[in-house]
Amino acid sequence: MMGFLWFWLVAVMIVGYVVLDGFDLGVGALHLILPKSERQRQAALRSIGPVWDGNEVWLLAGGGTLYFAFPLLYASAFSGFYLPLMIVLWLLVLRGISLELRNHVDVGVWTALLDGVFCFASALLTIFFGAALANVLRGVPLAADGYFFLPLWTTWTPGTYPGILDWYTVIGGLVALVALTMHGALWLTIKTSGELEERARAIVTPLWLGLVALTLVSLFATIAVRPAMLNNYANYPVTYIVPAGVVASLAAVWFFNSKGAAVKAFVASCLYLFFMLAGACWGVYPTLLPATTGAANDITLTRAISGPHTLAVGLVWWAFGMTLALGYIVFVYSRFKGKADAEGH
Amino acid sequence: MTAELIHRLHFAFTVTFHYLFPQLTMGLALLIVVLKTAALKTGGEQWDRAARFWGRIFAINFVFGVVTGIPMEFEFGTNWSKFAELSGGVIGQPLAMEGVFSFFLESAFLGLFLYGGKRLSKRMHWFSAVMVWLGSWISGFFIIVTDAWMQHPVGYNQLPNGQYEMVSFWQLLLNPWALLQYAHNMTGAVVTGSFVMAATGAFYLLDRKYEAFGKIFVKVGVIAGLISTILIIFPTGDLHGKYVARNQPAAIAAMEGLFKTETGAGVVLVGQPNEETGQIDNPIVVNDLLSFLIYGTTKAEVKGLDQIPHDQWPTALPLLYYAYHIMAGLGTYFIALMMAAAFLLWKQKIYTARWMQWLLLISFPLPYIANTAGWLTAELGRQPWLIYGLMRTSAGFSHTVSAGNGLFTLLGFMGLYLLLGILFTVLVYREISHGPLSDATAQAH
Repeated sequence: MMGFLWFWLVAVMIVGYVVLDGFDLGVGALHLILPKSERQRQAALRSIGPVWDGNEVWLLAGGGTLYFAFPLLYASAFSGFYLPLMIVLWLLVLRGISLELRNHVDVGVWTALLDGVFCFASALLTIFFGAALANVLRGVPLAADGYFFLPLWTTWTPGTYPGILDWYTVIGGLVALVALTMHGALWLTIKTSGELEERARAIVTPLWLGLVALTLVSLFATIAVRPAMLNNYANYPVTYIVPAGVVASLAAVWFFNSKGAAVKAFVASCLYLFFMLAGACWGVYPTLLPATTGAANDITLTRAISGPHTLAVGLVWWAFGMTLALGYIVFVYSRFKGKADAEGH
Repeated sequence: MTAELIHRLHFAFTVTFHYLFPQLTMGLALLIVVLKTAALKTGGEQWDRAARFWGRIFAINFVFGVVTGIPMEFEFGTNWSKFAELSGGVIGQPLAMEGVFSFFLESAFLGLFLYGGKRLSKRMHWFSAVMVWLGSWISGFFIIVTDAWMQHPVGYNQLPNGQYEMVSFWQLLLNPWALLQYAHNMTGAVVTGSFVMAATGAFYLLDRKYEAFGKIFVKVGVIAGLISTILIIFPTGDLHGKYVARNQPAAIAAMEGLFKTETGAGVVLVGQPNEETGQIDNPIVVNDLLSFLIYGTTKAEVKGLDQIPHDQWPTALPLLYYAYHIMAGLGTYFIALMMAAAFLLWKQKIYTARWMQWLLLISFPLPYIANTAGWLTAELGRQPWLIYGLMRTSAGFSHTVSAGNGLFTLLGFMGLYLLLGILFTVLVYREISHGPLSDATAQAH
């Protein structure tokens, strides 16, 4: 019971991170393409300025929650994915610094450089996060002691000893890139006005078409790479509601965006991300990290879960702390409600 | 180079660089609250501008702290996986709590503080500053709780699979080591904040620019500096030292360079520890002082390294000894400087005493060195243990991550952080030369 609960609490943190930091990563990935002038670029940045740092906190809080609820999983996955995680850290550093520096530098050449770094790091981060999830779904070569180490690439083919990047995980990376870029564009339709808003609304269409195709490809690729993903769905057919939710939310993104209902389209995109992640989590449950070396080596919930007292106490402060946190978040977003570029800075 | 050494250097380098930023964040957060409170009480535009100026520097510093802080949480898993697996049930708790209780609070209200100037009432803006201060100090607390458990494990139980589980939440949070270390550490952060503020003020006075602000900064910096430099030695440093002496005798013996057990042990002011001969070369010693400081009597016996098995000696003994002596020496200088400065302030001579302004200006790097040396003392003193008495450092690193891969990312971090160091210096220098009257930066509105 505790295991079930904490599995989904960690999943909630991950969804929170993807939905929230997702849109500012998406705005970043669009930074060199969408805004056409310095004024528009500043408007795009102002739309995420007060919130991106708070959004990134979900990654830290989620990581911390994973650490104490499933220490073995945290230890195994973080050391096994050593190289890509370090690259993610470097990208997070570069992204945060370029965003901050841009507020202080007013020389054209430097601004252009920082815009490039910000865009490049944001786009690459979405690809890494997507590939990371795909690595978990595909499985890793766990040894009997629960540890592994993956090189960045080997033969680019999933198998017993794959690399971080193979054709399957690259698809995962692309899904995340397109999904979060669209998510960011939808955010811009809420927070900006005029030409930028129009351009953001227009770019959703090609992104949406690409995402539909990639979602389908990733679905079939996942079933091909890991047929067991369907077991939970077969055993509990009611949970087919999750993939149905993916389809419905995708359709809703199209519908609301074309009608110009920006907030509803953005919420639909949030739901799409939620259903995609929930669907993946439910597919692997109760395994946390599948082994390509045989199911006996899987890191399962019961194997990785922390001691009972830790978890019981954790539940109390977690519920209390996250309620407080949601309070601040709602407060901040309501204070910065409306168009970010309409306030005559 | 062995994998163990690489992983130690990896964590040590990234955490040492990281902590250059939070010490100013935490110290400055308090001083900004002081400035904002003065602005609210007096209605003075000067105080508010002063607070906004430091808010801009705070924002730069904060971002550098955040981006260098994220790797720290990751490195428990990436570089110290065996340790993470076994300790997660205990210290995963405060680390997760830091995210949930501190970072959400801090980031939300910092956004309001920096971007919300026009959208918030004066009182609400002040409240944001208070919340940012609270958030940063809560964050510090959870990190200290984590470190304190590694220094002095309490409230735990070992499960059959070897993992440590917390059995008492309050014992973990109210670990005496944590409370003492927290008091000492936070005072250290205020020392850094006040020295930086006083030095900036002194710079403006010496340069004869923004002199009205220079006076405010010197005044606030010196008063906060006097209070914090006294508190850092007495009672926080004194109590913390006594607690270390009772619980980590090997650490205190190595810190003091006490090779032989002595009744009426002295304090070595200067000298070089010689591990080969087991003595201090070129010593200048104050007799009996160490016994008195630890036990309150000059006759007490202090355990020397001779009573400790060699395989439990701190592994980097000379570095530990020097780190401690540098910290203590600088701490003594800080009190002397701040007492003199406070005296001149009281006599209303500090704004014309250029020699003192020069001293304040050139002293600003020293608290950074003292704080770093203090943390080196704490962490090297814990060696050869990762969790004191429970787990050796050699048992905790990620055995799947080879020395070559570890060195690759260590070099990467060194390069990246060199760049960050340069950028930070340039940004803060620009902000200081633009001065408190410029509201040029977009985010400061």
